[in-house]
Amino acid sequence: MRYLTDRKRATGLGSAKGGTTHFWNMTVSSFALLVLVPVFIFTFGPMLGADHAAVVDYFGRPFPALVMALTIVVAMLHFSKGVQVMIEDYSGGATRKLLIILMICVSYGLAAAGLFAVVRLAL
Amino acid sequence: MADVNRGNRPLSPHLTIYRPQMTSMSSIFVRVTGNGLIVGAVLVVWWLLAAATSAEAYAVADAVITSVIGKIVMILSLWALWYHLLGGLRHLYWDTTGRGLDVAVAERLGIYMIIGSLGLTVVTVLLI
Repeated sequence: MRYLTDRKRATGLGSAKGGTTHFWNMTVSSFALLVLVPVFIFTFGPMLGADHAAVVDYFGRPFPALVMALTIVVAMLHFSKGVQVMIEDYSGGATRKLLIILMICVSYGLAAAGLFAVVRLAL
Repeated sequence: MADVNRGNRPLSPHLTIYRPQMTSMSSIFVRVTGNGLIVGAVLVVWWLLAAATSAEAYAVADAVITSVIGKIVMILSLWALWYHLLGGLRHLYWDTTGRGLDVAVAERLGIYMIIGSLGLTVVTVLLI
C-alpha cells in the first residue's frame, strides 16, 4: 500500500471510472422528466378505472401514446442510473455488481414491456 | 509521501449520530421516493400490458389497481412522484446555477418540497 503513488491509488475509484457521464445522464433525464411527468399524470390518471374499450381508444391517439411511451422509457433510464447510486452506497463487491446488473435488467425489461403494450394499443 | 496512512483513517460516525435535519431528511426522502416509485411503475406497466392483451386481463389489472389497497399505493406513488419531482427541481437549481446551497435557503426549499408535494397531490386527486 505505501508504495502506491496518489495517482495510482485514485485510479479506478469514484468518478475516475466514468467521469461525469453518470451525472450528465441524470441531469438530462431529470429535465426531460420535469416536463413529461406532469403531462403523464394528467393524461394517464383519468384512464385509471375506465372501461377497456375507452382505454384502447385513448391510447390509439398519438398524444397519450407518445407521452406514455416517452415517460416509461426516460423514467426507466433515470431509474436504472438512480438505483445504481443507492446500491453503490449500501453494498460492495460482488453483491453490488449483481444488484446493479439485476436492476438494469429490471429497468430495461419494464421499458420494453411498457413500449410493447403502448405500440400494441396504439396500432 | 505525506499520507502513508490514507487508507486506514477513522470514518466519521455519519448517519447514526446526527439528529434529523431538514436538509438531510428532505434529501433522504428524495432517494426513498425515487426508488419506491418502482412499485408504481410495475403496476402501471402491468395495467398497460393487460389493456394491450385482452378485456379480461384488463379487468383483473384494473380491479387490483382501483381496489382500496391499489388506490392507497397509487396515491402514495402520486405523492412520491410529486415530491421526487420537486426534489429533482431543487437539485437542478443547485447544480445548474450553483445557488441556494446555504443552509437557510436549502431548508426553506425543503419545506416548499413537503408543502408543495402534498398540495399538488391533493389538487391532482381532485382533478382526476
